[in-house]
Amino acid sequence: MDAQQNRRVWRLIAGIVLLACLFVSFSAWGLGVNYTYTLRTVALGGVVLGALNGVLGCFAVLRQESLIGDALSHAALPGVAVAFLLVGRELGALLLGAGAASWLGVYAMHAITRTTRLKREPAMGVVLVLWFALGLALLSYIQSLPNASQAGLKTFIFGQAAAMVAQDVQWLAGMSALVFVVLAAFWKEFKLLTFDAEFAQANGFAVGWLNLLLSTLIVAAIVLGLQLAGVVLMVGLLIAPATAARQWTHRLSQMVVLAGVFGAFAGGVGAVLSAVDAKLPTGPMIIVVAFSVVLVSLLFAPERGVLATLLQRRAERLRFAKVVPLPERERNGRA
Amino acid sequence: MTIRKLAVTEHPLALEVNDLTVAYQSKPVLWDVDLAVPQGVLMAIVGPNGAGKSTLIKAVLDLVPRASGTIAFFGKPYKQARQLIGYVPQRGSVDWDFPTSVLDVVLMGLYGRLGWFRRPARAHREQAMHALEQVGMADLAARQISQLSGGQQQRTFLARALVQQARLYFMDEPFAAVDAVTERAIVNVLQALRADGRTVLVVHHDLQTVQSYFDWVTLLNVEVIASGATATTFTPDNLRRTYGGRVSFVSAHEAVASAGD
Repeated sequence: MDAQQNRRVWRLIAGIVLLACLFVSFSAWGLGVNYTYTLRTVALGGVVLGALNGVLGCFAVLRQESLIGDALSHAALPGVAVAFLLVGRELGALLLGAGAASWLGVYAMHAITRTTRLKREPAMGVVLVLWFALGLALLSYIQSLPNASQAGLKTFIFGQAAAMVAQDVQWLAGMSALVFVVLAAFWKEFKLLTFDAEFAQANGFAVGWLNLLLSTLIVAAIVLGLQLAGVVLMVGLLIAPATAARQWTHRLSQMVVLAGVFGAFAGGVGAVLSAVDAKLPTGPMIIVVAFSVVLVSLLFAPERGVLATLLQRRAERLRFAKVVPLPERERNGRA
Repeated sequence: MTIRKLAVTEHPLALEVNDLTVAYQSKPVLWDVDLAVPQGVLMAIVGPNGAGKSTLIKAVLDLVPRASGTIAFFGKPYKQARQLIGYVPQRGSVDWDFPTSVLDVVLMGLYGRLGWFRRPARAHREQAMHALEQVGMADLAARQISQLSGGQQQRTFLARALVQQARLYFMDEPFAAVDAVTERAIVNVLQALRADGRTVLVVHHDLQTVQSYFDWVTLLNVEVIASGATATTFTPDNLRRTYGGRVSFVSAHEAVASAGD
Protein backbone atom coordinates (compact mmCIF):
# COMPACT_ATOMS: atom_id res chain seq x y z
CA MET A 1 0.00 0.00 0.00
CA ASP A 2 2.80 2.37 0.96
CA ALA A 3 5.05 1.28 -1.89
CA GLN A 4 2.13 1.58 -4.28
CA GLN A 5 1.49 5.11 -3.14
CA ASN A 6 5.17 6.01 -3.43
CA ARG A 7 5.19 4.74 -7.00
CA ARG A 8 2.08 6.73 -7.76
CA VAL A 9 3.65 9.94 -6.49
CA TRP A 10 6.85 9.39 -8.47
CA ARG A 11 4.88 8.63 -11.61
CA LEU A 12 2.87 11.78 -11.08
CA ILE A 13 5.99 13.91 -10.66
CA ALA A 14 7.50 12.36 -13.78
CA GLY A 15 4.25 13.07 -15.63
CA ILE A 16 4.28 16.72 -14.59
CA VAL A 17 7.91 17.14 -15.68
CA LEU A 18 7.08 15.54 -19.02
CA LEU A 19 4.07 17.81 -19.39
CA ALA A 20 6.25 20.83 -18.65
CA CYS A 21 8.76 19.77 -21.34
CA LEU A 22 5.94 19.24 -23.83
CA PHE A 23 4.56 22.64 -22.96
CA VAL A 24 7.90 24.34 -23.52
CA SER A 25 8.24 22.88 -27.01
CA PHE A 26 4.56 23.52 -27.79
CA SER A 27 4.75 27.14 -26.67
CA ALA A 28 7.92 27.71 -28.72
CA TRP A 29 6.45 26.18 -31.90
CA GLY A 30 2.73 26.72 -31.58
CA LEU A 31 2.39 29.96 -29.62
CA GLY A 32 5.51 31.57 -31.00
CA VAL A 33 6.94 32.22 -27.58
CA ASN A 34 10.52 33.35 -27.82
CA TYR A 35 12.58 31.97 -24.96
CA THR A 36 14.72 35.01 -24.43
CA TYR A 37 16.96 35.55 -21.45
CA THR A 38 14.22 37.66 -19.83
CA LEU A 39 11.54 35.04 -20.30
CA ARG A 40 13.79 32.29 -18.96
CA THR A 41 14.41 34.45 -15.90
CA VAL A 42 10.74 35.14 -15.42
CA ALA A 43 9.77 31.48 -15.87
CA LEU A 44 12.38 30.44 -13.37
CA GLY A 45 10.98 32.98 -10.91
CA GLY A 46 7.54 31.51 -11.47
CA VAL A 47 8.83 28.00 -10.77
CA VAL A 48 10.56 29.05 -7.55
CA LEU A 49 7.61 31.03 -6.18
CA GLY A 50 5.12 28.40 -7.25
CA ALA A 51 7.04 25.70 -5.42
CA LEU A 52 7.41 27.85 -2.30
CA ASN A 53 3.72 28.68 -2.16
CA GLY A 54 2.67 25.15 -3.00
CA VAL A 55 4.67 23.75 -0.11
CA LEU A 56 3.52 26.26 2.49
CA GLY A 57 -0.01 26.23 1.14
CA CYS A 58 -0.29 22.65 2.46
CA PHE A 59 -0.07 23.94 5.99
CA ALA A 60 -2.47 26.81 5.33
CA VAL A 61 -5.00 24.37 3.85
CA LEU A 62 -4.60 21.72 6.56
CA ARG A 63 -4.90 24.35 9.29
CA GLN A 64 -8.10 25.45 7.56
CA GLU A 65 -6.68 28.92 7.17
CA SER A 66 -7.02 29.31 3.42
CA LEU A 67 -9.03 32.48 3.83
CA ILE A 68 -6.40 33.99 6.10
CA GLY A 69 -4.07 33.69 3.13
CA ASP A 70 -6.55 35.71 1.11
CA ALA A 71 -6.82 38.38 3.79
CA LEU A 72 -3.04 38.48 4.15
CA SER A 73 -2.38 39.06 0.48
CA HIS A 74 -5.05 41.76 0.12
CA ALA A 75 -3.78 43.43 3.26
CA ALA A 76 -0.31 43.71 1.72
CA LEU A 77 -1.32 46.33 -0.85
CA PRO A 78 -1.23 49.50 1.32
CA GLY A 79 2.20 48.40 2.55
CA VAL A 80 3.46 48.22 -1.01
CA ALA A 81 2.09 51.69 -1.73
CA VAL A 82 3.51 53.28 1.40
CA ALA A 83 6.90 51.67 0.83
CA PHE A 84 6.91 53.05 -2.70
CA LEU A 85 6.07 56.55 -1.48
CA LEU A 86 8.89 56.40 1.07
CA VAL A 87 11.66 54.57 -0.78
CA GLY A 88 10.68 54.29 -4.43
CA ARG A 89 10.64 51.20 -6.60
CA GLU A 90 12.98 49.04 -4.62
CA LEU A 91 11.86 45.39 -4.53
CA GLY A 92 13.20 44.70 -1.04
CA ALA A 93 11.46 47.74 0.40
CA LEU A 94 8.19 46.98 -1.38
CA LEU A 95 8.15 43.42 -0.05
CA LEU A 96 9.07 44.62 3.42
CA GLY A 97 6.16 47.07 3.28
CA ALA A 98 3.87 44.30 2.06
CA GLY A 99 4.94 42.02 4.88
CA ALA A 100 4.49 44.74 7.50
CA ALA A 101 1.01 45.62 6.26
CA SER A 102 0.02 41.94 6.22
CA TRP A 103 1.21 41.50 9.76
CA LEU A 104 -0.68 44.59 10.89
CA GLY A 105 -3.75 43.17 9.18
CA VAL A 106 -3.44 39.85 10.99
CA TYR A 107 -2.83 41.63 14.26
CA ALA A 108 -5.92 43.80 13.70
CA MET A 109 -7.91 40.65 12.94
CA HIS A 110 -6.87 39.03 16.20
CA ALA A 111 -7.49 42.24 18.12
CA ILE A 112 -11.00 42.48 16.67
CA THR A 113 -11.92 38.90 17.58
CA ARG A 114 -10.46 39.33 21.05
CA THR A 115 -12.03 42.62 22.03
CA THR A 116 -15.37 42.64 20.18
CA ARG A 117 -18.08 40.08 19.73
CA LEU A 118 -17.20 39.64 16.06
CA LYS A 119 -16.12 36.15 15.05
CA ARG A 120 -13.09 35.36 12.91
CA GLU A 121 -14.81 35.41 9.53
CA PRO A 122 -16.38 38.88 9.73
CA ALA A 123 -13.21 40.20 11.35
CA MET A 124 -11.28 38.88 8.38
CA GLY A 125 -13.75 40.48 6.00
CA VAL A 126 -13.46 43.85 7.72
CA VAL A 127 -9.68 43.89 7.66
CA LEU A 128 -9.37 42.51 4.14
CA VAL A 129 -11.67 45.11 2.62
CA LEU A 130 -10.39 48.05 4.65
CA TRP A 131 -6.72 47.32 3.96
CA PHE A 132 -7.38 46.66 0.27
CA ALA A 133 -9.40 49.87 -0.08
CA LEU A 134 -6.60 51.83 1.55
CA GLY A 135 -4.15 50.21 -0.84
CA LEU A 136 -6.24 51.00 -3.91
CA ALA A 137 -6.69 54.61 -2.79
CA LEU A 138 -2.97 55.05 -2.22
CA LEU A 139 -2.21 53.39 -5.54
CA SER A 140 -4.52 55.78 -7.42
CA TYR A 141 -2.82 58.66 -5.66
CA ILE A 142 0.59 57.35 -6.72
CA GLN A 143 -0.60 57.00 -10.33
CA SER A 144 -1.41 60.71 -10.32
CA LEU A 145 2.12 61.65 -9.25
CA PRO A 146 4.40 62.99 -11.97
CA ASN A 147 6.85 60.15 -11.62
CA ALA A 148 7.57 57.79 -14.50
CA SER A 149 8.80 54.85 -12.43
CA GLN A 150 5.48 54.16 -10.74
CA ALA A 151 4.35 52.07 -13.71
CA GLY A 152 5.58 48.82 -12.17
CA LEU A 153 3.49 49.26 -9.07
CA LYS A 154 0.15 48.39 -10.58
CA THR A 155 1.50 44.93 -11.33
CA PHE A 156 1.03 44.13 -7.66
CA ILE A 157 -2.73 43.97 -8.16
CA PHE A 158 -2.81 41.25 -10.81
CA GLY A 159 0.83 40.28 -10.86
CA GLN A 160 3.37 40.87 -13.61
CA ALA A 161 6.28 38.52 -13.73
CA ALA A 162 7.88 40.40 -16.61
CA ALA A 163 9.03 42.98 -14.08
CA MET A 164 11.40 40.42 -12.55
CA VAL A 165 15.11 40.55 -13.25
CA ALA A 166 17.73 37.87 -12.75
CA GLN A 167 18.87 39.34 -9.46
CA ASP A 168 15.30 39.18 -8.11
CA VAL A 169 15.09 35.52 -9.00
CA GLN A 170 18.38 34.74 -7.29
CA TRP A 171 17.19 36.53 -4.21
CA LEU A 172 13.83 34.73 -4.30
CA ALA A 173 15.56 31.38 -4.69
CA GLY A 174 17.75 32.15 -1.68
CA MET A 175 14.76 33.12 0.44
CA SER A 176 12.85 30.00 -0.64
CA ALA A 177 15.80 27.80 0.25
CA LEU A 178 15.90 29.41 3.68
CA VAL A 179 12.17 28.78 4.18
CA PHE A 180 12.59 25.13 3.13
CA VAL A 181 15.45 24.65 5.58
CA VAL A 182 13.37 26.02 8.46
CA LEU A 183 10.46 23.82 7.39
CA ALA A 184 12.65 20.71 7.34
CA ALA A 185 14.18 21.52 10.73
CA PHE A 186 10.78 21.92 12.39
CA TRP A 187 8.98 19.30 10.29
CA LYS A 188 7.87 17.08 13.17
CA GLU A 189 6.75 20.06 15.24
CA PHE A 190 4.81 21.68 12.39
CA LYS A 191 3.11 18.39 11.62
CA LEU A 192 2.00 17.90 15.20
CA LEU A 193 0.98 21.56 15.50
CA THR A 194 -1.14 21.31 12.36
CA PHE A 195 -2.81 18.04 13.34
CA ASP A 196 -3.36 18.59 17.06
CA ALA A 197 -2.12 21.87 18.55
CA GLU A 198 -3.59 21.13 21.95
CA PHE A 199 -1.71 17.85 22.27
CA ALA A 200 1.48 19.62 21.15
CA GLN A 201 1.01 22.16 23.91
CA ALA A 202 0.29 19.47 26.49
CA ASN A 203 3.56 17.81 25.42
CA GLY A 204 5.56 20.89 26.27
CA PHE A 205 6.07 22.35 22.80
CA ALA A 206 6.11 26.14 22.65
CA VAL A 207 2.96 26.25 20.55
CA GLY A 208 2.78 30.04 20.55
CA TRP A 209 6.25 30.34 19.02
CA LEU A 210 5.72 27.52 16.57
CA ASN A 211 2.48 29.12 15.42
CA LEU A 212 4.24 32.43 14.96
CA LEU A 213 7.08 30.78 13.03
CA LEU A 214 4.77 28.85 10.71
CA SER A 215 2.59 31.91 10.12
CA THR A 216 5.71 33.94 9.36
CA LEU A 217 6.78 31.39 6.75
CA ILE A 218 3.33 31.53 5.15
CA VAL A 219 3.38 35.33 5.15
CA ALA A 220 6.85 35.26 3.60
CA ALA A 221 5.65 32.93 0.84
CA ILE A 222 2.65 35.14 0.13
CA VAL A 223 4.60 38.39 0.12
CA LEU A 224 7.31 36.98 -2.14
CA GLY A 225 4.67 35.66 -4.51
CA LEU A 226 2.79 38.96 -4.75
CA GLN A 227 4.64 40.37 -7.76
CA LEU A 228 4.01 37.11 -9.58
CA ALA A 229 0.34 36.43 -8.86
CA GLY A 230 -0.86 39.80 -7.54
CA VAL A 231 -2.75 40.52 -4.33
CA VAL A 232 -6.15 39.57 -5.74
CA LEU A 233 -5.34 36.05 -6.87
CA MET A 234 -2.40 35.25 -4.61
CA VAL A 235 -4.46 32.95 -2.43
CA GLY A 236 -5.02 30.71 -5.46
CA LEU A 237 -1.30 30.05 -5.83
CA LEU A 238 -1.20 29.24 -2.12
CA ILE A 239 -4.10 26.81 -1.88
CA ALA A 240 -4.59 25.31 -5.36
CA PRO A 241 -1.42 23.15 -5.45
CA ALA A 242 -2.06 21.90 -1.91
CA THR A 243 -5.69 21.07 -2.67
CA ALA A 244 -4.69 19.15 -5.78
CA ALA A 245 -1.85 17.32 -4.01
CA ARG A 246 -4.17 16.21 -1.19
CA GLN A 247 -6.18 14.21 -3.72
CA TRP A 248 -3.27 11.98 -4.69
CA THR A 249 -1.75 10.97 -1.37
CA HIS A 250 -2.46 10.22 2.27
CA ARG A 251 0.93 11.27 3.59
CA LEU A 252 1.87 14.77 4.59
CA SER A 253 5.44 14.50 3.27
CA GLN A 254 4.22 13.36 -0.14
CA MET A 255 1.49 16.00 -0.16
CA VAL A 256 4.06 18.74 0.49
CA VAL A 257 6.42 17.51 -2.25
CA LEU A 258 3.59 17.11 -4.75
CA ALA A 259 2.20 20.55 -3.93
CA GLY A 260 5.64 22.00 -4.53
CA VAL A 261 5.81 20.31 -7.94
CA PHE A 262 2.28 21.39 -8.88
CA GLY A 263 3.02 24.94 -7.74
CA ALA A 264 6.26 25.06 -9.70
CA PHE A 265 4.42 23.81 -12.79
CA ALA A 266 1.64 26.40 -12.44
CA GLY A 267 4.08 29.22 -11.70
CA GLY A 268 6.38 28.40 -14.61
CA VAL A 269 3.72 27.67 -17.21
CA GLY A 270 1.61 30.64 -16.12
CA ALA A 271 4.58 32.98 -16.38
CA VAL A 272 5.40 31.72 -19.88
CA LEU A 273 1.76 32.02 -21.02
CA SER A 274 1.61 35.62 -19.86
CA ALA A 275 4.69 36.31 -21.97
CA VAL A 276 2.70 35.50 -25.13
CA ASP A 277 1.59 39.12 -25.00
CA ALA A 278 3.32 41.81 -22.97
CA LYS A 279 -0.04 43.12 -21.74
CA LEU A 280 -1.14 39.81 -20.23
CA PRO A 281 -1.01 39.81 -16.43
CA THR A 282 0.72 36.81 -14.87
CA GLY A 283 -1.62 36.21 -11.92
CA PRO A 284 -4.72 35.07 -13.82
CA MET A 285 -2.64 32.85 -16.13
CA ILE A 286 -0.98 31.09 -13.22
CA ILE A 287 -4.28 30.61 -11.43
CA VAL A 288 -5.92 29.16 -14.54
CA VAL A 289 -3.09 26.64 -14.85
CA ALA A 290 -3.13 25.86 -11.12
CA PHE A 291 -6.85 25.24 -11.06
CA SER A 292 -6.67 23.05 -14.14
CA VAL A 293 -4.40 20.85 -12.06
CA VAL A 294 -6.97 20.99 -9.24
CA LEU A 295 -9.78 20.06 -11.60
CA VAL A 296 -7.91 17.09 -13.06
CA SER A 297 -6.99 15.95 -9.55
CA LEU A 298 -10.52 16.23 -8.21
CA LEU A 299 -11.86 14.25 -11.15
CA PHE A 300 -9.24 11.59 -11.73
CA ALA A 301 -7.29 11.02 -8.53
CA PRO A 302 -7.51 7.40 -7.36
CA GLU A 303 -9.54 6.78 -4.17
CA ARG A 304 -10.54 10.41 -3.53
CA GLY A 305 -11.36 11.49 -7.08
CA VAL A 306 -14.92 11.85 -8.38
CA LEU A 307 -14.42 9.18 -11.04
CA ALA A 308 -12.88 6.71 -8.59
CA THR A 309 -15.75 7.26 -6.14
CA LEU A 310 -18.36 6.68 -8.84
CA LEU A 311 -16.62 3.54 -10.09
CA GLN A 312 -16.29 2.18 -6.58
CA ARG A 313 -19.95 2.79 -5.82
CA ARG A 314 -20.91 1.02 -9.05
CA ALA A 315 -18.67 -1.93 -8.23
CA GLU A 316 -20.18 -2.18 -4.78
CA ARG A 317 -23.70 -2.07 -6.17
CA LEU A 318 -22.93 -4.86 -8.60
CA ARG A 319 -21.26 -6.95 -5.90
CA PHE A 320 -24.15 -6.61 -3.47
CA ALA A 321 -26.65 -7.29 -6.21
CA LYS A 322 -24.86 -10.59 -6.79
CA VAL A 323 -24.75 -11.52 -3.11
CA VAL A 324 -28.32 -10.56 -2.28
CA PRO A 325 -30.73 -11.02 -5.19
CA LEU A 326 -33.39 -9.22 -3.21
CA PRO A 327 -36.40 -9.10 -5.58
CA GLU A 328 -36.16 -12.82 -6.23
CA ARG A 329 -36.14 -13.62 -2.53
CA GLU A 330 -39.17 -11.47 -1.96
CA ARG A 331 -41.01 -13.26 -4.72
CA ASN A 332 -40.13 -16.63 -3.24
CA GLY A 333 -41.13 -15.46 0.21
CA ARG A 334 -44.54 -14.43 -0.96
CA ALA A 335 -45.11 -17.60 -2.93
CA MET B 1 -12.97 0.11 49.34
CA THR B 2 -10.69 -0.82 46.47
CA ILE B 3 -7.96 1.77 46.72
CA ARG B 4 -4.73 0.05 45.96
CA LYS B 5 -1.61 0.48 47.98
CA LEU B 6 0.40 3.32 46.53
CA ALA B 7 2.90 1.95 44.07
CA VAL B 8 5.13 5.00 44.05
CA THR B 9 5.91 6.66 47.32
CA GLU B 10 7.83 9.83 46.60
CA HIS B 11 4.67 11.92 46.88
CA PRO B 12 1.30 10.60 47.98
CA LEU B 13 -0.73 12.86 45.67
CA ALA B 14 -0.60 12.49 41.89
CA LEU B 15 -2.52 15.73 41.54
CA GLU B 16 -3.29 18.52 43.95
CA VAL B 17 -5.46 21.46 42.93
CA ASN B 18 -6.07 24.46 45.19
CA ASP B 19 -8.52 27.33 44.71
CA LEU B 20 -8.77 26.82 40.95
CA THR B 21 -11.12 29.28 39.26
CA VAL B 22 -11.65 29.59 35.51
CA ALA B 23 -13.91 32.14 33.88
CA TYR B 24 -15.01 32.69 30.27
CA GLN B 25 -16.03 36.30 29.68
CA SER B 26 -16.44 36.93 33.44
CA LYS B 27 -18.76 33.93 33.86
CA PRO B 28 -17.18 31.35 36.15
CA VAL B 29 -16.88 27.90 34.60
CA LEU B 30 -14.97 26.48 37.53
CA TRP B 31 -15.28 28.01 40.96
CA ASP B 32 -12.79 27.52 43.77
CA VAL B 33 -11.96 23.92 42.91
CA ASP B 34 -9.91 21.98 45.45
CA LEU B 35 -8.90 18.48 44.52
CA ALA B 36 -6.50 15.89 45.92
CA VAL B 37 -6.02 12.77 43.82
CA PRO B 38 -3.92 10.03 45.41
CA GLN B 39 -1.52 8.01 43.27
CA GLY B 40 -2.72 4.82 41.66
CA VAL B 41 -6.45 5.52 41.40
CA LEU B 42 -8.78 5.40 38.42
CA MET B 43 -10.86 8.52 38.87
CA ALA B 44 -14.02 9.46 37.01
CA ILE B 45 -14.95 13.12 36.72
CA VAL B 46 -18.72 13.29 36.36
CA GLY B 47 -21.23 16.09 36.27
CA PRO B 48 -23.94 17.60 34.04
CA ASN B 49 -23.23 19.31 30.70
CA GLY B 50 -21.48 22.63 31.22
CA ALA B 51 -20.22 21.57 34.63
CA GLY B 52 -16.64 22.35 33.56
CA LYS B 53 -15.33 18.79 33.37
CA SER B 54 -13.25 19.27 30.24
CA THR B 55 -12.29 22.75 31.35
CA LEU B 56 -10.94 21.28 34.57
CA ILE B 57 -8.55 19.05 32.63
CA LYS B 58 -7.55 21.85 30.28
CA ALA B 59 -6.99 24.33 33.08
CA VAL B 60 -4.87 21.84 34.99
CA LEU B 61 -2.77 21.21 31.86
CA ASP B 62 -2.33 24.94 31.20
CA LEU B 63 -4.37 24.73 27.99
CA VAL B 64 -6.85 27.40 29.10
CA PRO B 65 -5.95 30.42 31.23
CA ARG B 66 -6.75 30.25 34.93
CA ALA B 67 -8.18 33.16 36.90
CA SER B 68 -6.62 31.78 40.07
CA GLY B 69 -5.36 28.62 41.67
CA THR B 70 -2.27 26.51 42.16
CA ILE B 71 -1.68 23.03 40.78
CA ALA B 72 0.92 20.43 41.70
CA PHE B 73 1.72 17.09 40.04
CA PHE B 74 3.49 14.66 42.36
CA GLY B 75 4.31 17.71 44.46
CA LYS B 76 5.94 19.55 41.55
CA PRO B 77 4.79 22.39 39.31
CA TYR B 78 3.58 21.57 35.81
CA LYS B 79 6.79 22.55 34.01
CA GLN B 80 8.86 20.06 36.00
CA ALA B 81 6.30 17.26 35.86
CA ARG B 82 5.43 17.50 32.15
CA GLN B 83 7.15 14.24 31.20
CA LEU B 84 5.02 12.43 33.77
CA ILE B 85 1.72 13.52 32.26
CA GLY B 86 -0.24 11.98 29.41
CA TYR B 87 -3.27 13.45 27.68
CA VAL B 88 -6.10 12.04 25.58
CA PRO B 89 -8.09 14.93 24.09
CA GLN B 90 -11.66 14.56 22.84
CA ARG B 91 -11.44 12.85 19.49
CA GLY B 92 -13.65 15.52 17.92
CA SER B 93 -10.94 18.11 18.56
CA VAL B 94 -8.93 17.24 15.45
CA ASP B 95 -9.54 16.92 11.71
CA TRP B 96 -9.47 13.18 10.96
CA ASP B 97 -9.01 13.86 7.25
CA PHE B 98 -5.43 14.89 7.99
CA PRO B 99 -3.06 13.05 5.61
CA THR B 100 -1.38 10.59 7.94
CA SER B 101 -1.49 6.99 9.16
CA VAL B 102 -2.51 5.42 12.46
CA LEU B 103 1.09 4.54 13.32
CA ASP B 104 2.14 8.11 12.59
CA VAL B 105 -0.44 9.53 14.99
CA VAL B 106 0.70 7.15 17.72
CA LEU B 107 4.31 8.21 17.12
CA MET B 108 3.25 11.78 17.87
CA GLY B 109 2.99 10.69 21.49
CA LEU B 110 6.78 10.39 21.47
CA TYR B 111 7.54 13.79 19.93
CA GLY B 112 7.61 15.49 23.32
CA ARG B 113 10.30 13.16 24.60
CA LEU B 114 12.25 13.29 21.34
CA GLY B 115 12.71 17.02 21.67
CA TRP B 116 13.64 19.45 18.92
CA PHE B 117 15.01 18.36 15.54
CA ARG B 118 15.05 14.61 16.24
CA ARG B 119 13.02 12.18 14.17
CA PRO B 120 11.43 8.95 15.45
CA ALA B 121 13.60 5.86 14.82
CA ARG B 122 12.90 2.13 14.59
CA ALA B 123 12.82 1.69 18.37
CA HIS B 124 10.10 4.33 18.58
CA ARG B 125 8.12 2.60 15.88
CA GLU B 126 8.27 -0.63 17.87
CA GLN B 127 7.02 1.20 20.94
CA ALA B 128 4.14 2.59 18.92
CA MET B 129 3.28 -0.84 17.55
CA HIS B 130 3.25 -2.23 21.06
CA ALA B 131 0.81 0.47 22.15
CA LEU B 132 -1.39 -0.33 19.18
CA GLU B 133 -1.41 -4.00 20.20
CA GLN B 134 -2.57 -2.98 23.67
CA VAL B 135 -5.65 -1.30 22.20
CA GLY B 136 -6.25 -4.03 19.61
CA MET B 137 -5.30 -1.91 16.60
CA ALA B 138 -2.00 -3.48 15.52
CA ASP B 139 -3.44 -4.69 12.21
CA LEU B 140 -4.61 -1.17 11.38
CA ALA B 141 -1.23 0.53 11.89
CA ALA B 142 -0.81 1.45 8.22
CA ARG B 143 -4.43 2.55 7.82
CA GLN B 144 -5.23 6.13 6.83
CA ILE B 145 -6.82 7.90 9.75
CA SER B 146 -9.62 9.18 7.52
CA GLN B 147 -10.82 5.59 7.18
CA LEU B 148 -11.23 4.91 10.90
CA SER B 149 -14.50 4.47 12.75
CA GLY B 150 -15.17 6.61 15.80
CA GLY B 151 -14.12 3.84 18.15
CA GLN B 152 -10.92 3.22 16.20
CA GLN B 153 -10.13 6.93 16.33
CA GLN B 154 -10.53 6.82 20.09
CA ARG B 155 -8.26 3.80 20.42
CA THR B 156 -5.65 5.50 18.23
CA PHE B 157 -5.66 8.46 20.61
CA LEU B 158 -5.40 6.08 23.55
CA ALA B 159 -2.37 4.35 21.98
CA ARG B 160 -0.77 7.74 21.39
CA ALA B 161 -1.15 8.47 25.10
CA LEU B 162 0.20 5.04 26.07
CA VAL B 163 3.53 5.61 24.31
CA GLN B 164 3.93 8.72 26.43
CA GLN B 165 4.62 6.31 29.32
CA ALA B 166 3.10 8.83 31.67
CA ARG B 167 2.51 8.35 35.39
CA LEU B 168 -0.65 10.44 35.36
CA TYR B 169 -3.18 10.40 32.53
CA PHE B 170 -5.96 12.82 31.67
CA MET B 171 -8.63 11.48 29.31
CA ASP B 172 -11.39 13.69 27.97
CA GLU B 173 -14.51 11.60 27.34
CA PRO B 174 -12.84 8.50 25.90
CA PHE B 175 -16.09 6.56 26.23
CA ALA B 176 -18.22 9.05 24.31
CA ALA B 177 -20.12 7.33 21.47
CA VAL B 178 -17.84 4.32 21.02
CA ASP B 179 -18.68 0.74 20.10
CA ALA B 180 -18.62 -2.14 22.60
CA VAL B 181 -15.24 -3.43 21.36
CA THR B 182 -13.66 -0.05 21.99
CA GLU B 183 -15.28 0.35 25.38
CA ARG B 184 -13.90 -3.05 26.40
CA ALA B 185 -10.44 -2.14 25.04
CA ILE B 186 -10.41 1.14 26.97
CA VAL B 187 -11.48 -0.57 30.20
CA ASN B 188 -8.71 -3.15 29.77
CA VAL B 189 -6.16 -0.41 29.22
CA LEU B 190 -7.39 1.50 32.26
CA GLN B 191 -7.07 -1.58 34.43
CA ALA B 192 -3.60 -2.35 33.07
CA LEU B 193 -2.54 1.20 33.83
CA ARG B 194 -3.80 0.96 37.39
CA ALA B 195 -2.16 -2.44 37.87
CA ASP B 196 1.02 -0.66 36.88
CA GLY B 197 0.54 1.94 39.63
CA ARG B 198 -0.38 4.76 37.24
CA THR B 199 -3.07 7.32 37.94
CA VAL B 200 -5.85 8.06 35.46
CA LEU B 201 -8.43 10.86 35.47
CA VAL B 202 -11.31 10.30 33.08
CA VAL B 203 -14.09 12.70 32.14
CA HIS B 204 -17.04 10.35 32.08
CA HIS B 205 -20.69 10.62 31.10
CA ASP B 206 -22.21 7.23 31.74
CA LEU B 207 -23.27 7.12 35.39
CA GLN B 208 -24.24 3.46 35.07
CA THR B 209 -20.64 2.33 34.69
CA VAL B 210 -18.92 4.59 37.21
CA GLN B 211 -18.99 2.00 39.97
CA SER B 212 -17.73 -0.87 37.87
CA TYR B 213 -14.95 1.04 36.06
CA PHE B 214 -13.62 3.50 38.65
CA ASP B 215 -12.47 3.29 42.24
CA TRP B 216 -12.33 7.05 42.73
CA VAL B 217 -14.78 9.73 41.66
CA THR B 218 -15.15 13.50 41.58
CA LEU B 219 -18.61 14.97 41.26
CA LEU B 220 -18.37 18.36 39.60
CA ASN B 221 -20.80 21.12 38.85
CA VAL B 222 -18.72 24.30 38.52
CA GLU B 223 -17.71 23.58 42.12
CA VAL B 224 -16.49 20.24 43.41
CA ILE B 225 -19.55 18.65 45.04
CA ALA B 226 -17.69 15.63 46.38
CA SER B 227 -14.49 13.76 45.71
CA GLY B 228 -13.21 10.49 47.07
CA ALA B 229 -13.51 6.71 46.92
CA THR B 230 -16.41 5.65 44.70
CA ALA B 231 -17.94 3.46 47.40
CA THR B 232 -18.38 6.38 49.81
CA THR B 233 -18.67 9.31 47.38
CA PHE B 234 -20.93 8.06 44.58
CA THR B 235 -24.09 8.31 46.67
CA PRO B 236 -27.62 9.23 45.58
CA ASP B 237 -27.45 12.28 47.83
CA ASN B 238 -24.24 13.56 46.24
CA LEU B 239 -25.60 12.85 42.78
CA ARG B 240 -28.73 14.84 43.54
CA ARG B 241 -26.59 17.76 44.69
CA THR B 242 -24.53 17.52 41.48
CA TYR B 243 -27.33 17.17 38.97
CA GLY B 244 -29.80 19.49 40.73
CA GLY B 245 -33.51 19.03 40.31
CA ARG B 246 -33.39 16.16 37.82
CA VAL B 247 -34.93 13.86 40.37
CA SER B 248 -36.32 11.27 37.97
CA PHE B 249 -32.86 10.70 36.58
CA VAL B 250 -31.36 10.42 40.05
CA SER B 251 -34.01 8.06 41.32
CA ALA B 252 -33.52 5.83 38.29
CA HIS B 253 -29.89 5.73 39.20
CA GLU B 254 -30.64 5.02 42.84
CA ALA B 255 -32.25 1.79 41.76
CA VAL B 256 -29.08 0.81 39.94
CA ALA B 257 -26.94 1.85 42.88
CA SER B 258 -28.91 -0.20 45.40
CA ALA B 259 -29.06 -3.16 43.03
CA GLY B 260 -25.29 -2.94 42.75
CA ASP B 261 -24.89 -3.14 46.53
